[in-house]
Amino acid sequence: MNRYPSWAYAAIALVVALALLYTLPNFFGESPAVQVSSIKATVRVDTALLGRVEETLKKASIPYTQTLLDPNSVRVRFTDTDTQLKAKDLIDKTLNPDPANATYVVALNLLSASPSWLASIRALPMYLGLDLRGGVHFLLQVDMQAALTKRIEGLGGEIRSNLRDKNVRHAGIVREGQALRIRFREAPVRAKARDVIGGITNDLVLVDRDDGQDLMLVGTLKPEAQKSIQEAAVKQNIVTLNKRVNELGVAEPVIQQQGTDRIVVQLPGVQDVARAKEILGRTATLEVRMVDEEAQRSGSTVNVDIFPERQRDGSVTQVPTKKQVVITGDQFTGAQATFDQDHRPAVSVDLDQSGGRVMRQVTRENLKHLMAIILFEKGKGEAISVARIQGEFGSRFQITGMFSAAETNTLSLLIRAGSLAAPMEIIEERTVGPSLGKDNIEKGFHATLWGFTAIVVFMTIYYVLFGLISSIALAVNVLLLIALLSLLQATLTLPGIAAIALTLGMAIDANVLINERIREEMRGGQSPQAAIHAGYERAWNTILDSNVTTFIVGVSLLMVPGAVRGFAVVHCLGILTSMFSAVIVSRAIVNLAYGHRRRVGHLSIGDTAWK
Amino acid sequence: MEFFKIRRTIPFMRHALVFNVISLVTFLAAVFFLATKGLNLSVEFTGGTLIEVGYQEAANVDQVRRALDKAGYKAEVQTFGSSRDVLIRMHLAKDQSSADLSQKVIGLLQAEDKTAQLRRVEFVGPQVGRELADYGALALLVTAMGIVLYLWVRFEWRFGVSGIIANLHDVVIILGCFAFFQWEFSLPVLAAVLAVLGYSVNESVVVFDRVRENFRKMRKATTPEVIDSAITGVISRTIITHLCTQMMVTTMLVFGGPALHYFAVALTIGICFGIYSSVLVASPLVMWLGVDRAQFVRPAKKDRRDEHEGAVV
Repeated sequence: MNRYPSWAYAAIALVVALALLYTLPNFFGESPAVQVSSIKATVRVDTALLGRVEETLKKASIPYTQTLLDPNSVRVRFTDTDTQLKAKDLIDKTLNPDPANATYVVALNLLSASPSWLASIRALPMYLGLDLRGGVHFLLQVDMQAALTKRIEGLGGEIRSNLRDKNVRHAGIVREGQALRIRFREAPVRAKARDVIGGITNDLVLVDRDDGQDLMLVGTLKPEAQKSIQEAAVKQNIVTLNKRVNELGVAEPVIQQQGTDRIVVQLPGVQDVARAKEILGRTATLEVRMVDEEAQRSGSTVNVDIFPERQRDGSVTQVPTKKQVVITGDQFTGAQATFDQDHRPAVSVDLDQSGGRVMRQVTRENLKHLMAIILFEKGKGEAISVARIQGEFGSRFQITGMFSAAETNTLSLLIRAGSLAAPMEIIEERTVGPSLGKDNIEKGFHATLWGFTAIVVFMTIYYVLFGLISSIALAVNVLLLIALLSLLQATLTLPGIAAIALTLGMAIDANVLINERIREEMRGGQSPQAAIHAGYERAWNTILDSNVTTFIVGVSLLMVPGAVRGFAVVHCLGILTSMFSAVIVSRAIVNLAYGHRRRVGHLSIGDTAWK
Repeated sequence: MEFFKIRRTIPFMRHALVFNVISLVTFLAAVFFLATKGLNLSVEFTGGTLIEVGYQEAANVDQVRRALDKAGYKAEVQTFGSSRDVLIRMHLAKDQSSADLSQKVIGLLQAEDKTAQLRRVEFVGPQVGRELADYGALALLVTAMGIVLYLWVRFEWRFGVSGIIANLHDVVIILGCFAFFQWEFSLPVLAAVLAVLGYSVNESVVVFDRVRENFRKMRKATTPEVIDSAITGVISRTIITHLCTQMMVTTMLVFGGPALHYFAVALTIGICFGIYSSVLVASPLVMWLGVDRAQFVRPAKKDRRDEHEGAVV
């Protein structure tokens, strides 16, 4: 009656053994390491790089314990953090001789110290959340309206130059809110313009309108175009953020879209929050515009944007530019700090194909006119270079302004780091210092350990052998839960640790139910074997019902982001593992202890004979 | 060892009215404090900035307060966990740029005392906070609906309704305590409150299960007798289980540090009221709602399972 077939025992033993195996990596701790990965798409991480790193370290006689090569990075382990820091500086200097034009990210990291055969079967330590390992978490909100405005303005410029090319005379193109108004004198011209615009883009809905004076064509973005612009804006911002984070040298950054218009950035282990924030929050973008020379002469401020320009002598002059943007920041593909023919510091920039085409056309048409390059940082524009166009040029040109060599370095880095398709705002920030992270792990661990010990002691005293068996089942539960968390690489946070503790405290309920039921059956006059059987059988319904209700709560908690979700994931997993351990594992042990005896006179479950 | 040697059925239902009045009074008190004092919501919900600063020696809270005051920051300053850690709470202000606030504050404090070390910063924008509150409310609603539906399907609608009333009453009482003492209501506390909801329902389910079983077994007993015998049957396991869970929660309270403090406090209140409500609130409610043997014996399917169970034993 109380026997499992031998395959069942074997299966349970196998599950426990596997759980043990996958829990193992958590015991080895971590060793300091340096991680090298490539920033450039064209540069691959390969054995040659590994060789270079090893050679560099050997030459400087810096001892390392192990080198690893995976598809994306080279990792070198060290025995202590001092060596790690020394090695990082050395590797960085050797691999990136020009820090302004780095090819590799060299970052500090912690690697699991577990043997490599464990890693090869995907047995990794639990993935700790930022509150346990320290680091920075940002939630950024992308300004979608700004992305749309930018697109509308871009279209306005394109329409303007196309109408001019096709000789379609208009009386002005203005953006009003998210709409583009194009004025015409005659209806046939408007009809022609409509065709021209239709040839450029399908993104606009064009409506004829008259305001009594002029004929107008009002263009607004189609909803599907808006959607794709917004999607593209978030994607581009993520790419840009990736580039910027690479610059920080973070070992395992997380940059993900959340919802439709948000981006999560997590930088584990980053200590220098100020620098991280500065680099991430930098919304520098470049624009090329033509200077409105007429306004410059007359001092008019109508229909121009005015930007300050810093002169070499420290004075500031105001530069009026046309509102139309020739080149936007996202058309820049590269930038290097160099020197021009006169050995003045300069930045050499590359444009993409469309940018190059526009540039060639504009420079051809505006020979001897002034062109301004404007740097927007934190919403404010500054003309960094105003120069007369000396000849036609295309996708590659130099910017010479009032720069020092250090400034050209920063500027080229800013341009390279890419521009954001739309501005972003930090709407949530969490920074956890490494010492607090360590404290949290320790406290969570102690709370769980002592709580577990208290339960084991109490259960063993109260239910004797059955209590001990329940405790073993509870231990198996912990084991399964940790193995599952390690295997799934679910993020473990402090609320997650609290969930482990609470889940254990609640999981014992199943065993209490079973044990109480067995005692009751014994008092009711059942034989020990029958009592065990009936106890497990009858308690099962209750255990199932109560776990399902708890599970419902766990699942609905998953909806709440942040700390609550960290709790809920562990809680749900814990409910699943507890059903297995409390019922099946404990039953298996009871079966082994009692099921194979022919006659059982007494169950070691405490006093049941008082009735 | 055995704590409870209950030989006779305890007539809980005779005092059903008393229990219901007690819980109604506590419930109303909780609602009163919630309405008058309100919850002391954490920065996560209200939006704002939280900065935890660690010092090497006991921190001078007054000095920190003065330094911040001088710089024109409106902030609440208090020690956190140990005397060496200081928690600075700042509500959202229009002219304060969120992004570099923490940098400025830590710079300010380090100017006063070089050992000041930034341990943690939490900044939450107003819209994120509002969303969290919405998600929290939604989670509570989904939980409540899910539980009612499950109990309805598994038992009877009366069990679903009384189960959720009894357990929401626990939730309100926890919230009432947090409002009365003005303890900080943070995200982990929200998790604890919802976990308590699941835990108490779990508790009620154990009693309900026994009620259903006894309705089938005790063919001649009246409804109060059936419920009494069910509660008497499970009371020992109820107390043992709660004791075990509470042991875990107590160690969290003792060893878990300040981060888990209110989480553990919420659970403690929840566990205490969980026993009371599942046993002494949910069951009388089921009785008042008019539960009857006929509701359980009738379905032929369930009867068949009973017979089967009987055959095995």
